[in-house]
Amino acid sequence: MSNARAKSMRTPLGRVRNLGAAHSGTGDFWRQRLTAVAMTLLIVPVVVVVIMLLGRNQAGAAQILGSIPIAVIMLLFVIASCWHMKIGMQVVIEDYVHNEPLKLIAIMANNFFSVTVALASIYALIKLSTGV
Amino acid sequence: MAEFALPKNSQITGGKTWPKPAGATEVREFRVYRWNPDDGKNPSVDTYYVDVNDCGPMVLDGLIWIKNHIDPSLTFRRSCREGVCGSCAMNIDGQNTLACTRSMHDVKDGAVKINPLPHQPVVKDLVPDLTNFYAQYASIEPWLKTTSPTPQKEWRQSHEDREKLDGLYECILCACCSTSCPSYWWNSERYLGPAALLQATRWVKDSRDEATGERLDNLEDPFRLYRCHTIMNCAKACPKGLNPAEAIAELKLKLVERQI
Repeated sequence: MSNARAKSMRTPLGRVRNLGAAHSGTGDFWRQRLTAVAMTLLIVPVVVVVIMLLGRNQAGAAQILGSIPIAVIMLLFVIASCWHMKIGMQVVIEDYVHNEPLKLIAIMANNFFSVTVALASIYALIKLSTGV
Repeated sequence: MAEFALPKNSQITGGKTWPKPAGATEVREFRVYRWNPDDGKNPSVDTYYVDVNDCGPMVLDGLIWIKNHIDPSLTFRRSCREGVCGSCAMNIDGQNTLACTRSMHDVKDGAVKINPLPHQPVVKDLVPDLTNFYAQYASIEPWLKTTSPTPQKEWRQSHEDREKLDGLYECILCACCSTSCPSYWWNSERYLGPAALLQATRWVKDSRDEATGERLDNLEDPFRLYRCHTIMNCAKACPKGLNPAEAIAELKLKLVERQI
């Protein structure tokens, strides 16, 4: 850090201004709070559903998830939690990974992982609840 | 990756123990970080004994006593000695604070341990290089910006609007908050840090300023502003009792407010 500073002949203000503000970040900040509130509201019914599902076979699980309100609650929870997970992990990567190519790859991998987990969960829920 | 260990040439090795002052009846042990850019050696921690009956009660009094009576090469910044200038900010007993307003008697039993402000390049001993910190302050353009014609007298402000600047204008830019912030340690090149952001809030909230939107535009950035994770070290460290974390939260709130 200090070596890079010492080697650069750019003025300190030029270095701080750098490429300018990205004019973004508020969207992620807001969505992180939004999904957090959503999960707080959803966590109790989700835990109840998970307890109801314990020990049942696939047919039993399909019967419970066949209820539209239960399926919707589970779908909302999957969407909120995967979105929250994606934003949270991105914040951690931006905090600690300073190698630019590695950061880019990590953020890509995080996006792919979150979308895959979300889609797989949504697919499984719809499959079980509709019995298709 | 973020650096969790000091580079080899920054690791602290050994240190000199200076003799106790002759004839002193009551002494206080000071352990002070030393580094000289000219001798090519690693930093060390020197041990001094201060005659507490011969010097004032503050940690800065102790340092000045050491410089006058034991070791004139000990280097530190100081000026006003009353918590107004912010020059003597340093890490005392694990807490960033001003040496002039921290009593050595408030430091619990044992040695008074003094280090430079964390995670800044060291110029010498307790003097950090705050070039980047000051440039970040300059980048928020801390002056009144208006396009309306300048009035014949002063720019007017109601008492209520003036009160909104309380808790912000008192900042003395000592850097205790920014250098106590882990987010600032890991990303000080891009994150503006609590001090600059508190000052930015001071201008965003100033009812006389006409550039509020542009100011928020320049702050809206995942790194400049949103590295703040409300860790609150800044509020704990501030020797003036200010709350930079709250000021940053107000900035975030204003950015959400103008979108929703």
